Amino acid sequence: MTGTSKPGIQAARLPADRLTDNFTDLHAPLTKHEAFIEADRCYFCYDAPCINACPTGIDIPMFIRQISADNPNGAAKTIFNENIMGGMCARVCPTETLCEQACVREAAEGKPVKIGLLQRYATDHLMETTSAHPYTREAETGKHVAVVGAGPAGLSCAHRLAMKGHTVTVFEAKEKSGGLNEFGIAAYKTTEDFAQDEVAFILDIGGITIENGKALGRDIMLDQLARDFDAVFLGFGLPDVNALGLSGEDAKGCEDAVDYIARLRQTDDLASLPVGRNIVVIGGGMTAIDIATQTKLLGAETVTICYRRGPEQMNASPYEQDVARTHGVTIRHWLQPQSLRHGEDGSVSAITLEYTSLDGGKLTGTGETLTLEADQVFKAIGQSPEDSPLSGVDLSLERGRIKVGDDRKSSHTKIWAGGDCIHGGEDLTVAAVEDGKVAAEDIHRALMA
Amino acid sequence: MADLSTNFLGIKSPNPFWLASAPPTDKQYNVERAFEAGWGGVVWKTLGEEGPPVVNVNGPRYGAIWGPDRRLMGLNNIELITDRDLEVNLREIEAVKKKWPDRAMIVSIMVPCEEDPWQKILKRVEETGADGVELNFGCPHGMSERGMGSAVGQVPEYIEMVARWCKKHSSMPVIVKLTPNITDVRFPARAAKAGGADAVSLINTISSIVSVDLDSFSPSPSIDGKGSHGGYCGPAVKPIALNMVAEIARDPQTAGLPISGIGGISTWRDAAEYIALGCGTVQVCTAAMTYGFKIVQEMTEGLSNYMDEKGFATIEDFRGLAVPNVTDWQYLNLNYVTKARIDQDLCIKCGRCHIACEDTSHQAITHMKDGVRHFEVIDEECVGCNLCVNVCPVDDCITMETISGTDPRTGKPIDPNYGNWTEHPNNPMARADAAD
Repeated sequence: MTGTSKPGIQAARLPADRLTDNFTDLHAPLTKHEAFIEADRCYFCYDAPCINACPTGIDIPMFIRQISADNPNGAAKTIFNENIMGGMCARVCPTETLCEQACVREAAEGKPVKIGLLQRYATDHLMETTSAHPYTREAETGKHVAVVGAGPAGLSCAHRLAMKGHTVTVFEAKEKSGGLNEFGIAAYKTTEDFAQDEVAFILDIGGITIENGKALGRDIMLDQLARDFDAVFLGFGLPDVNALGLSGEDAKGCEDAVDYIARLRQTDDLASLPVGRNIVVIGGGMTAIDIATQTKLLGAETVTICYRRGPEQMNASPYEQDVARTHGVTIRHWLQPQSLRHGEDGSVSAITLEYTSLDGGKLTGTGETLTLEADQVFKAIGQSPEDSPLSGVDLSLERGRIKVGDDRKSSHTKIWAGGDCIHGGEDLTVAAVEDGKVAAEDIHRALMA
Repeated sequence: MADLSTNFLGIKSPNPFWLASAPPTDKQYNVERAFEAGWGGVVWKTLGEEGPPVVNVNGPRYGAIWGPDRRLMGLNNIELITDRDLEVNLREIEAVKKKWPDRAMIVSIMVPCEEDPWQKILKRVEETGADGVELNFGCPHGMSERGMGSAVGQVPEYIEMVARWCKKHSSMPVIVKLTPNITDVRFPARAAKAGGADAVSLINTISSIVSVDLDSFSPSPSIDGKGSHGGYCGPAVKPIALNMVAEIARDPQTAGLPISGIGGISTWRDAAEYIALGCGTVQVCTAAMTYGFKIVQEMTEGLSNYMDEKGFATIEDFRGLAVPNVTDWQYLNLNYVTKARIDQDLCIKCGRCHIACEDTSHQAITHMKDGVRHFEVIDEECVGCNLCVNVCPVDDCITMETISGTDPRTGKPIDPNYGNWTEHPNNPMARADAAD
């Protein structure tokens, strides 16, 4: 150990055992006894507020009661009935702004029932103790549906369609399925290859084929899919990362947070990941929190999140902000990037930010600036849609995203969509799962009409 | 500081907390540890007659039910009377009594239902210097199959007969321990009194099967795949025991008969409730077996504190105060009208009061008001049953309010005077009386 860390971007800033330690589960799973005690705290509310707060509408009091009654697999089935990715959602849902915020114990004592951890207890139990898939398919309908994107929205839709007896082909641009569950979620939230286990669990129902390496607009065309299949579901997410709009943005050290997180999730050796000594993250959402916390855990000396508005406007919940701070990340508000400075070798050396203020609802720079040393600057200011894959089909868009109705149907009679690629999406795994489920139900209604 | 000392049948103890006849009182070592911890007395674990001692199972003797955090709520046992040599027990009883003269030493005994064995064992016990005997007519397992324990306690004539033998052959105070495994506890209590017994103690354990193993299909505790009913005790049995104590305390035929209360006593409050129902001492077993002997310090301190707060200088000052308030249903005041009141500031909106009332009772609690989740009592429907109070998870959130004037449910004026069923116009008996 030394008192100072090496300058620049370096791999293996921490010894391997420290890295392994840093990237274990953020929250250890509940033991059976802990689950019983926690489940006992649930009041089994009438018309429970937690159910209404869950985007997928899981019957939370019922699954908790099933845990209490020592029926964890029954509890898991209650969860999967509404959310086939209940296992991942138990790990990544911002429960503090969803079910747990609505829990009456939050109002009563500021300590909601740990619904997320109980959900994980149940879903892990089923996935670890049973080999048989919990659902059987209805009789084959002879209908064939194309799903674009093997992320949460696409897989949720595919599973529900397969359950209804339809045959599903999923086209996935990447060589590995799972979408943001595989490439985007912070590593300490989903350890031990859970995303791939969950994909395998979903496919176990049968009737679903995934074709990896098939990108919309490159290997497959939407108009062709609409002609060849009985229905199409689009769940391809948001491929492009927003730029800062600063000169020298392509310099070494200025990186895209989404890409880096994907690399981190895919690596077998955390010590091989180069990480800066002083890091600045630009953004205010979950991605900003995830990249900041994880680079700190990789051994960065200082990590500062700079967000152009105040704490209340941050997309990351107060809980997530606390997680980052607990890990040693500094969060600064009212700062927008102004220019990058570069060292002799051309790589980033510092970033200058301008203070901002809200002036009658409009964000303006104050002219005052601040310069932070940074050998790595991460862009985490959101992803934007690329419209090229949709060419050839007339689809109504809103700010580049697909417009859908309550049933997740687009303006095209054979195309439904969900997840991050639709307008009004919530940027949450659980919301994407709900989109896929709702769309599948509507596709089923349409195909069987 | 309140005076906790008791004088029960002339047997003095520094506090009313005795350890019941059970495993904790089976030998000198345990009993001395109990006295060191502060227990006021013990009822030594039941002695049998001379000869080879009984044999216990060598597998598990206890079964239990628990709360979710494994808080023990009820305990069941299939242990028999002492399986140690009679002479060893008698020697130890004598030694302990000599060493701890200020503590109550009662000896529990159980021998076959013949006069001779009772005469013999009483003589031996008396020689130890023990303060009294407790006749075990309650043990519901094992011994009852041999014509002892609850097999005697279930036949009032036997109780009377044996009690009479005991009074005849001994000058010691005689306490008859009653079994709850009967239909009306007043009959064995009356029999004990008729036989000359000085007091009764109750309840012994309740015949029970605590659970069935759904893999082996054996009751638990399982002895090589089979189970046998055991005796149930612990916090779960307290309400049953309190009622039986009250039945004896208010029965004109047994009123005033000293009672040593037993059944699920775990805290000072439990003990105070038994004393309020007339008990002169209380006996504890399960709580000690769960937490060890130290709990008596909470009990004595808590009881003393309560008595100080209420201005009771001695146990006698509040003993039996609840007895006159135990009555038959038919004498309850039907003109006492209450309505539930929900404190909206305390309400956490779980809705349990609503669904309990809606599904299972009187549809008297809203769940919505002006489109907002809101729980409020509908006086026109509320019968004042108190179910909502019991299912509400928040202390004091729902309370019962006594109302006067007109009952919104019946639309009729509430009679401000006491009125009960015996005189109610709907009572056929009352109608017949009126016709006369």
